[in-house]
Amino acid sequence: MRVIKKKLGRWERGPLKKSLSKLSERKARFETDSGIELKRLYTPLDSARKDDYLRRVGFPGEPPFTRGVQPTMYRGRLWTMRQYAGFATAEETNRRYRYLLEHGQTGLSVAFDLPTQIGYDSDHPLAQGEVGKVGVAVSTLRDAETLFKGIPLGKVSTSMTINATAPILLAMYAAVAEGQGVKTNVLQGTVQNDILKEYVARGTYIYPPKESMRLVTDVFAFCRKTMPRFNPISISGYHIREAGATAVQEVAFTLANGIAYVEAARRAGLDMDDFASRLSFFFNAHSNFLEEIAKFRAARRLWARIMCDRFKAKRPESCMLRFHAQTAGCTLTAQQPDNNVVRVAYQALAAVLGGAQSLHTNSRDEALALPTEESVRIALRTQQIIAYESGVADTIDPLAGSYSVEALTDEIEAKASAYLAKIDKMGGAVAAIEAGYMQAEIAESAYRHQLQVQNREKVVVGVNEFQAEEQPPRLLRIRADVERRQRKALAAFRRSRRAGRAKTALSRVNRAASREDNVVFAISDAVKCGATLGEISDALREVFGEHKER
Amino acid sequence: MMKEPLARKIVRGDVQAAARLMRDLDDGVLSAAGALRELHARSGHAHVIGITGPPGSGKSTLAGALVDVARKKGLSVGVVAVDPTSPISGGAVLGDRIRMQRHAADKAVFIRSLATRGSVGGLSRAVFDTVTVMDAMGKDIVFIETAGIGQEGVKVAGAAHTLLAVCAPGMGDDIQALKAGVLEIADIFVANKRDREGSDELVRDLRSALGPKKSPEGWERPVIKTDALTGKGVGELAELIARHKKFLSKTRAWQKRSKSMAESAFMELLECGIRERVGEKLAKEKPWVRLLEDLGNRRTDPRSAARRALGKMFK
Amino acid sequence: MKIRVLIAKPGLDGHDRGAKVVARALRDAGMEVIYTGIRQTPEQIASAAVQEGVDFVGLSCLSGAHNHLFPKVARLLQEKGAGDVVVFAGGIIPASDVPRLKKAGIREIFPPGASTDSIADWVSRTAERLKARKKAA
Repeated sequence: MRVIKKKLGRWERGPLKKSLSKLSERKARFETDSGIELKRLYTPLDSARKDDYLRRVGFPGEPPFTRGVQPTMYRGRLWTMRQYAGFATAEETNRRYRYLLEHGQTGLSVAFDLPTQIGYDSDHPLAQGEVGKVGVAVSTLRDAETLFKGIPLGKVSTSMTINATAPILLAMYAAVAEGQGVKTNVLQGTVQNDILKEYVARGTYIYPPKESMRLVTDVFAFCRKTMPRFNPISISGYHIREAGATAVQEVAFTLANGIAYVEAARRAGLDMDDFASRLSFFFNAHSNFLEEIAKFRAARRLWARIMCDRFKAKRPESCMLRFHAQTAGCTLTAQQPDNNVVRVAYQALAAVLGGAQSLHTNSRDEALALPTEESVRIALRTQQIIAYESGVADTIDPLAGSYSVEALTDEIEAKASAYLAKIDKMGGAVAAIEAGYMQAEIAESAYRHQLQVQNREKVVVGVNEFQAEEQPPRLLRIRADVERRQRKALAAFRRSRRAGRAKTALSRVNRAASREDNVVFAISDAVKCGATLGEISDALREVFGEHKER
Repeated sequence: MMKEPLARKIVRGDVQAAARLMRDLDDGVLSAAGALRELHARSGHAHVIGITGPPGSGKSTLAGALVDVARKKGLSVGVVAVDPTSPISGGAVLGDRIRMQRHAADKAVFIRSLATRGSVGGLSRAVFDTVTVMDAMGKDIVFIETAGIGQEGVKVAGAAHTLLAVCAPGMGDDIQALKAGVLEIADIFVANKRDREGSDELVRDLRSALGPKKSPEGWERPVIKTDALTGKGVGELAELIARHKKFLSKTRAWQKRSKSMAESAFMELLECGIRERVGEKLAKEKPWVRLLEDLGNRRTDPRSAARRALGKMFK
Repeated sequence: MKIRVLIAKPGLDGHDRGAKVVARALRDAGMEVIYTGIRQTPEQIASAAVQEGVDFVGLSCLSGAHNHLFPKVARLLQEKGAGDVVVFAGGIIPASDVPRLKKAGIREIFPPGASTDSIADWVSRTAERLKARKKAA
């Protein structure tokens, strides 16, 4: 080490100095968005003191899981290629799902429209203009059945991006599976069910935080009992990052929320080693290639420490951070959309080199609209090319040992830990959220980023540099009559059901909510009795009230 | 009979007219004076309630919750929410409205956000006038919610019949966070976020700091626990506020307060006006400019310079 | 005279990064900005705009519901006698929707990637022009 240090000094005083005197570097300081400096050169000296391969890097499938959560990683099985999709009605979405599965997608990911996410039926006044726009409209069990028609739920795993109404959609999913003759205990998939990040960054909450946490743990217990192979939560950093957080904040706030969920589940009487192995995560795959790879590794190591040391989990599976990644939507540009294909490729590569279990790649036109069939196919091909042509999936955690990546991994872990300590002091994630702390940090980073882009400190190709004249691209248009069709379908549904049965079931939901009972079982009955999503949500609104923004 | 058309509209409850007058008053437009005079003659009925306290204590949320209670009682309400102007840009983000937006479509609620606009002491110069307009519109209650900084706790006391001091546990220096003076003059003390750790200690500290002393008018100053988010304790707080109003009316303190509110506003505006005029003189008139030069060259000291200036103004 | 702007998010879309960044940028440009938060109905927005006596209303929507919601806000402002309030917008708004929105009373639409400087400049210049017009009238 001493020799390296001496020679490094000699290099800096010799060839480096000479080179700098002829050509200075582009910037005085190179930084990631998190404020971490990217040094000119990383050498063994950067991991010298901390170099303890066995303790800090280790082997895949073993704590601290820095190199990955499975011993064979992609050599055993590639990540799941899971493209988020959904729009208009269940019929149209079902068609898109079948297209994607035909073209090699290996898992489903359901995007719901905002009324469905916020507990409004498609004919609710507040749903006007929103039905089927950002995802598929699902108001009834019939809609759910149409959504999965012809798709064997026993064989395909499904991720549902649904939070406040997760209990309802989960119940519908299970009911549809039962209808297909599939036993619920073989069902695989995920419900996002991460309500804390809704208050921080996404906004599709319904009820206040305390009551919402209760629903989250009810879903944990319901899954444990009826769908043990289903992930009852996807603790998300993606949206936090999209809202403007840095990579460090993304890790810190996500894990802080994770800690809050673990504590809530324990308070609800669940056995930690029972539910902890089913916790899953969802991260952003952003642009700074090296920082992102380091970020995923740091997150795994940090979570392993939290579960093993802080929560004293007994099984190693309880300490594993399994995650889905999505390439960063906020980096997509409306200008020169084909450039986005390249952006997504690098971001996806970072996610793979970071060891993601499943991946969604954005389509090039998503800064402007939902993707066309052609665009989404390119996005899927991006993953397939990485998997089959690039070779990176053929060895595990290939960037381990890179001086820069290990140094960045260490630094992200350290900075995120500092944030976690601060949040602990505030009383935990829920307290930090209620105090607006996370939101303020994120808004600050977002503003700083905006200024940097406007000052050209940060170059965004095609937007503030390298612009071009262009023709608007062909975009997906949602049929204008989606809302009208949904309204008609709802009216027909309400006529066809036995109103008395639905009403009784709803009052049972209301009662379960007012007591300490697991609401999801009552919701499951209600769904089968023909209660709509809006009606069930309203029954809960009566008991829990609605959250007011602060 | 009102001469000013704007004033007539406002008295009939025209929100647009009221908003326009408020804007003119905030901007110091001279033509607003006539309408204001007429409205002022008509005002004096609304119960003006000031809400002060450190940032993060939950003032806006509490104001929103008090509006809920008032509306349930069928009262019409005005809210003046003050936020600080950035000394650097001169702009402001007025964010209190977020916590009260559920009332936006309620015709009986009028919420107006004001920026301090550089006013010394942290309260906007336009507060008193804005309250007057709301009062003349027929509002039963008008809340003034301060930015939570500087001396505005004391300032808002001069603008309100009833002053609420709001604090919350775990905010560092707890009652020290209640700026100097507020402890002496507030009428009701609200320990918000009552389900948080440290709430009981906060109440204890407040009670011991207040001691057995009553207000100069003889009002026993209560401490009450609330949770503005869920509404717990807010009904009782509203009762206390109503009781304070009754107390003031019974003891004639109401009129005294109303009079001193007008006087405070008068002094406030007078001070601002004098500052402005002096500022203009210092910038342009030779003898004043020379005074500043003398001060800068240490040929005179601040006290003597001020005396000379006053002498010039009040010959 | 300070320019007063209301920034609002109509409809169910909860992505407020852009709205908050614009609000802050307008403040840094010396304006007084009232931010209403998310999940506002057109009625709440128009009502707030009137009460706050604003010169401008900025709407943000990323969910595609703009064609339904934005014209409603413009219409309500007219009905409440605040037709002189200038409405502008941003979010995920395809270029093909812009002409119809402008016809419905949205004065300017800022696409994704628009700089906050350009928005602040536009607001200032528009305010100047309106002031000059009022003086001349």
